[in-house]
Amino acid sequence: MIRFSDDKMAKVQEIIARYPEGKQKSALLPLLHLAQETFGGWLDVPVMDYVAELLQIDPIEVYEVATFYSMYNLKPVGKYMFEVCHTGPCMISGADNIVAYITEKLGIKPGETTADGLFTLKTAECLGACGYAPMMQLGKHYREHLTKEKVDAIIDECRRNAAANN
Amino acid sequence: MGVKLLLEKAHVEGIRTYEVYRREGGYRAVEKALKTMGPDAVVEEVKKSGLRGRGGAGFPAGMKWSFIAKPEGVPRHLVCNADESEPGTFKDRYLMEFLPHLLIEGLIVSSFALGSNATYIYIRGEYAWIPDILEQAIAEAKANGWLGKNILGTGFDLEIYVQRGAGAYICGEETALIESLEGKRGNPRIKPPFPAIKGVWERPTVVNNVETLAAVVPIINMGGDEYAKIGVGKSTGTKLISACGNINKPGVYEIDMTISVEEFIYSDEYCGGIANGKRLKACIPGGSSVPILPANLLLKTAKGETRYMNYESLSDGGFATGSMMGSGGFIVLDEDQSVVRNTYTLARFYRHESCGQCSPCREGTGWMEKLLKRLLEGKGKITDIDLLWDIQRKIEGNTICPLGDAAAWPIAAAIRHFRDEFEWYVTNPEESQRRNYGLAHYADPREVVA
Ligand SMILES: Cc1cc2nc3c(=O)[nH]c(=O)nc-3n(C[C@H](O)[C@H](O)[C@H](O)COP(=O)(O)O)c2cc1C
Ligand code: SF4
Ligand code: FES
Repeated sequence: MIRFSDDKMAKVQEIIARYPEGKQKSALLPLLHLAQETFGGWLDVPVMDYVAELLQIDPIEVYEVATFYSMYNLKPVGKYMFEVCHTGPCMISGADNIVAYITEKLGIKPGETTADGLFTLKTAECLGACGYAPMMQLGKHYREHLTKEKVDAIIDECRRNAAANN
Repeated sequence: MGVKLLLEKAHVEGIRTYEVYRREGGYRAVEKALKTMGPDAVVEEVKKSGLRGRGGAGFPAGMKWSFIAKPEGVPRHLVCNADESEPGTFKDRYLMEFLPHLLIEGLIVSSFALGSNATYIYIRGEYAWIPDILEQAIAEAKANGWLGKNILGTGFDLEIYVQRGAGAYICGEETALIESLEGKRGNPRIKPPFPAIKGVWERPTVVNNVETLAAVVPIINMGGDEYAKIGVGKSTGTKLISACGNINKPGVYEIDMTISVEEFIYSDEYCGGIANGKRLKACIPGGSSVPILPANLLLKTAKGETRYMNYESLSDGGFATGSMMGSGGFIVLDEDQSVVRNTYTLARFYRHESCGQCSPCREGTGWMEKLLKRLLEGKGKITDIDLLWDIQRKIEGNTICPLGDAAAWPIAAAIRHFRDEFEWYVTNPEESQRRNYGLAHYADPREVVA
């Protein structure tokens, strides 16, 4: 069953209350973030249908939004997603080498996930960290001034965390 | 040291917290505005200050505020644009991360001026840790009586909410942002009606950039006239510049707009010169959408005058030999960088970010990316360069929103100033895959003299 916990439902109500009466659709982006976080890191159709139901809007209104924004994953992704920025300023600072290094190290190209489901590699467009390049987004935070050594350390850190959580 | 109005306190230990911010003089602007001024007087001060929108277009903020419609019984809203997705730009992030209370204070004063009782900060989704910082500041401000009902006993009510986007550069465009805030795809609206008449939920709305709204705090504290004395001409006050690329000290700098581009790049107070002892080749001075300039035209205008870091001077010469202040994203390229490659990544960016509503933008950005990729890989033809020129010209001015122009301009400027480099990729297909074109005749004028 796809259902938010009581805690999360309280959060949902708090979000909806930010907008005028009858404008609850404005809560769609925040709710999709919450749903993605809660239900396995991606938005399966039943999850989107559930959000539609919560907001009393048609499912199509959710699908069209979920497909527009790059942060909503419409397919399962690895537990740790490396989103490496490769726009101009990061490219100048060696982003392509970082992508190549991750590919070499994990055996996945951008868009792919490792067989163990642990890592997904993606390229991203400018993330607003151009002065701290090369960089990537990992979960909620940025990892900046990347080097091969730093990438090694991040991968080890993820593996350790995954092992600790199992 | 130049004047600092926004970042003056950025390094005070604990400035993120309410106690320290208040102890350092925070929330005085709210007291002054709400208790002694009234909404119209605040708008008047902002007009006098000459403050121009810091989001990219540079439209005078006070004038924009005075356009807001006030139909009886219809609520109005202020929306803070924290979408910050223009490549090269990371100044709003710095303000929000390190000085959250400065933004909240600016929002309270500005909401009071506009009569907004519910103000929204629309922040790009990738800045996922910043909403926590802002919400913490909002909670502290509320606990201390600066937000909520009947603020300072004046009868003014205000709530501030943080809304996360979800990865779409186009949502920085104000009408796309409004659509997104309504829970829709970020498709820009056709104007008119302008947001000041019909914005979010069909209500009169003002959308302003983070830095613009933060600047309202010093304006109220010092008075609009005093603020206007800083800077030069119509470039009043201070401007945040986020500098990146091949420089020694990338980062966010507050400048008063009287310094020269040369000083900004080479002085130790700012970028600290080109990294690794290399030479300057080119620069995109105002975020990826503005024209790239070769070193010679960057440091001096076509007339040979010093170029300064302000709205007027950066655009001196128009698009033929000038550029723009834009969002203040200052991207520096050294002699080892390929303009073709840099332009290709920007074309890819705009193709990725086009919302797809208008065919010139949707199709044109895709073609430009493909042509540039072909050129970059040494598989292009000379006619591809002309075709690129032709496509960008057909996009410019023919679209619903300015993203079309923003995609066209960088390509036009790259071809205009660096055509020889594009041609070199065609005439030297193999060599171009092994080495970079280098500086050619775009040398830094200071070195030509030496
Ligand atoms: C494609 C596009 C992206 C934009 N992105 C931003 C942005 O990220 N932040 C911003 O403040 N303004 C952005 N703008 C400008 C806004 O439309 C609007 O002019 C601005 O928020 C107004 O605020 P200001 O007058 O304080 O600058 C963008 C415009 C376009 C066309
Ligand atoms: S110019 Fe591009 S981004 Fe703007 S509305 Fe048209 S298709 Fe969308
Ligand atoms: S270009 Fe990579 S963060 Fe801006």
